[in-house]
Amino acid sequence: MSLDADTVRRVASLARIRMEPAELARMEAELNGILGWVEQLQAVPTEGVEPMAGGGAVSLRLREDAVADGGKAEAVLANAPDREGAYFGVPKVVE
Amino acid sequence: MTRPTDFTLRGALDALAAREISAEELARAHLDAIEALNPRLNAYVAVTGERALERARASDARRARGEAGPLEGVPLGIKDLFCTEGVRTTAGSRILGDFVPPYESTVTANLLRDGAVFLGKTNLDEFAMGSSNTTSAAGPVENPWNRRNDPDTRLVPGGSSGGSAAAVAARLALGATATDTGGSIRQPAAFCGIAGMKPTYGRCSRWGVVAFASSLDQAGPMARTVEDCATLLRSMSGFDPKDSTSADMPVPDFAAACGRSVKGLRIGVPCEYRLDGMPAEIEALWQQGLEWLREAGAETVEISLPHAKYALPTYYIVAPAEASSNLARYDGVRYGLRVEERDGDLQDLYERTRAAGFGAEVKRRIMIGTYVLSAGYYDAYYLKAQKVRALIKRDFDEVFAASGAKVDAIVTPATPSAAFGMDEKQDDPVAMYLNDVFTVTANLAGLPGLSVPAGLDTQGLPLGLQVIGRAFDEETVFAVGAALERAAAFEALPAVMAGKTARAAG
Repeated sequence: MSLDADTVRRVASLARIRMEPAELARMEAELNGILGWVEQLQAVPTEGVEPMAGGGAVSLRLREDAVADGGKAEAVLANAPDREGAYFGVPKVVE
Repeated sequence: MTRPTDFTLRGALDALAAREISAEELARAHLDAIEALNPRLNAYVAVTGERALERARASDARRARGEAGPLEGVPLGIKDLFCTEGVRTTAGSRILGDFVPPYESTVTANLLRDGAVFLGKTNLDEFAMGSSNTTSAAGPVENPWNRRNDPDTRLVPGGSSGGSAAAVAARLALGATATDTGGSIRQPAAFCGIAGMKPTYGRCSRWGVVAFASSLDQAGPMARTVEDCATLLRSMSGFDPKDSTSADMPVPDFAAACGRSVKGLRIGVPCEYRLDGMPAEIEALWQQGLEWLREAGAETVEISLPHAKYALPTYYIVAPAEASSNLARYDGVRYGLRVEERDGDLQDLYERTRAAGFGAEVKRRIMIGTYVLSAGYYDAYYLKAQKVRALIKRDFDEVFAASGAKVDAIVTPATPSAAFGMDEKQDDPVAMYLNDVFTVTANLAGLPGLSVPAGLDTQGLPLGLQVIGRAFDEETVFAVGAALERAAAFEALPAVMAGKTARAAG
């Protein structure tokens, strides 16, 4: 599988990274280099193998569905680039 | 008397206990060394001198009251991937802007609880993605070692924990925190001639550590001796309900395990780690390491890990996939950098912020990750990689099996080469990725791995050996690592270090 320019543009858009045409072209070559290299995995027989998702052997714990932390709006907002009162500020989203 | 920057961590603790030195004097000696050498090495991105001296004085007061903790007064460098309350944390990226965490990571909180003194934040590859510490927004780190016959070529310290490794090697800290997703503790430790331990996945809490690939990331220590790594790891470890993958397991006295005999242990030698084109001196050091262990009473056993050769391509699907998801949080809204155009919409704000905030390698990995997770490609890439990962882990399970185990630990080279020049391997991402060929399997399988300095190459650069162990059996790993360390008697020193009359810098 090889990526074409349109696919690279679409992936950049999905990843929310603005790229100029020159950067897209460079990225296309680099991504195809990396994907060509990982292609060797297709040769490994994996029928019936359960995919491994986590890093640990143990199953994840569940905790009680209760508030354990919170009520720290000022701390949460302390690093915000823009805020309006107790809210994050963003460009107008709804007309 | 020992120069304060030359103490091992153990030696410093003894000297502090004997009142031969104060924590304040120890911190000041390291801060002076940082001031002298950091302009060249760039190992620290931020030095918190005043805070360090304040904490050191508080530490001296605690010791005077008889309340000394296990790391009381020990000056450490903290990789700038750990969130530190009130101290700017950058992850080596522009996108975090002037982010100042309002909380302390669990690992660093544990170290503070035990009396450690933080000197500052150490440099790293951006978001811990790299093997050369050349992708940091704060500029590259220089390896304190030089080639004997080519002393003017500046070498990389390895990565991503290159700042921590360079700081410890150059005596700008007694030890440091680091993280390892594919080799980021063990490879720079090997390149800088120090010890570095990636513990079992789940041993150290990931809470408050800037995430790269959550199923692979583990925090661990770097220090100049195996025992010092063991001492640090004991403080760093422990169950944390705030990390859902944190292991609820007792934390053993790892340092005590360093004195254990390796007599009777079975040491695995995986044939798949014998690479075509591997330098003869790496192979020779490996054989020497195995011989040392046999002399200490261990038995070496040829084993096969048939899927190990697929570990790197598997990693370069799994890790970018997780990174693309983790790094989606950098949106220019909640913290960090924001770049916007007048009258631009929210999508435009996201795209401009992320374009300006992320460096080239991080963008590459986000793009790969986004692609392999996207509709139509998920099964062919991501699911396939997860299945091969299961096979890689199964190979280890078989040699380490609880009943009828073939081996108790595995010994391999730590890296396929010694440190390389800052201008080398920068044009081809895949060539750079090959640095982690020996280390990445332990991350995929979640196993502990230790890098021990074991010798020098013909250019006088350090080379390391790696010990891999069973999950949650760091004690055997430390025992084998300490045996290698004793036999290797590695005493070579870097060209640039505190207290050494430096060659004219530059």
